Amino acid sequence: MEGDLAYIGAGLAGMGTGIAALGVGNVAANFLAGALRNPSAAASQTATLFIGIAFAEALGIFSFLVALLLMFAV
Amino acid sequence: MGKLVFYVALALVVVSGVLFAPEHAGLAIHPMDQFTVEALFGGAHVAWYTPTNVTLWMFLAIGAIFVLLVLGSANRGIVPSRAQSVAELAYGFIYKMVEDVAGKDAVKFFPYIMTLFMFIVTANFLGLIPMSFTTTSHFAVTGVLAVIVFVAITVTGFVLHGAKFLGLFWVSSAPLALRPVLALIEVISYFVRPVSLCIRLAGNIMAGHAVLKVFAGFAGALGFASFLPIFAISAFYALEVLVAFIQAYVFTILTCVYLKDALHPSH
Repeated sequence: MEGDLAYIGAGLAGMGTGIAALGVGNVAANFLAGALRNPSAAASQTATLFIGIAFAEALGIFSFLVALLLMFAV
Repeated sequence: MGKLVFYVALALVVVSGVLFAPEHAGLAIHPMDQFTVEALFGGAHVAWYTPTNVTLWMFLAIGAIFVLLVLGSANRGIVPSRAQSVAELAYGFIYKMVEDVAGKDAVKFFPYIMTLFMFIVTANFLGLIPMSFTTTSHFAVTGVLAVIVFVAITVTGFVLHGAKFLGLFWVSSAPLALRPVLALIEVISYFVRPVSLCIRLAGNIMAGHAVLKVFAGFAGALGFASFLPIFAISAFYALEVLVAFIQAYVFTILTCVYLKDALHPSH
């Protein structure tokens, strides 16, 4: 029974990766919107873009890790 | 000519998929098996000094970097050879990143950041070779890299600024009542940095490789249509090449951001 609950928890944690995808998409979409308005400033901001994506993505990876732990370690 | 080769390869894939379809359908491989650490020269016990496949692929990564950077630029041609121009591109790319993100006075840390980037990107790319082992997919490997970054940057901050480095946690632009709360949050976020550096890299690489192996495992379940997953695998492989580079880039650029905090801690 406990193992089954762990699988349910892993599935719930898997939702977190999808929600992090929303965040990454949000960062990229806003970057593109800004870049199209002022294309000359876009190239200097790609580093910021990647940092933003990395921070948004990290939390999704955390929930992926929780899912993995529930699947294989609990 | 190229088209012909492509069609012949495609036909070979389809025919071999039909010919060698397994008798009983089922997932042929477990997606996590590829990450098993094994002793190179036999023996089940793995101690901290045992040469394992991790050791082997790390040394291969170092060898590849040596060939690219040292041997590639040994001729120092005015007109660079292909290896030399790749080496110069990598050097210039990282140098510019350190200068832009961490500032001009961070350039003395450039050798360390260059080493970090080259090791991670080479280990990621070597891991994409079929049947190879991805060292950066292990939390132990990326954890050591992240902890070294964390310790080095904290020590740098304290050596350069002494107790003033703690001003990083004391947000002086915020209202006085909020500052203790913000300080707590800043301290937590400071100590989560190595964790997130470590988990971001290893998690991304491990997830990507596990996805590739999940699709490879479908081949066993599809019977004579077992050639189908190769299309998905090719698409994901291209994505993984991109991810391998971007994650190495993100690791180093975050190191530069943290380095900037250590060099200029004023909030």
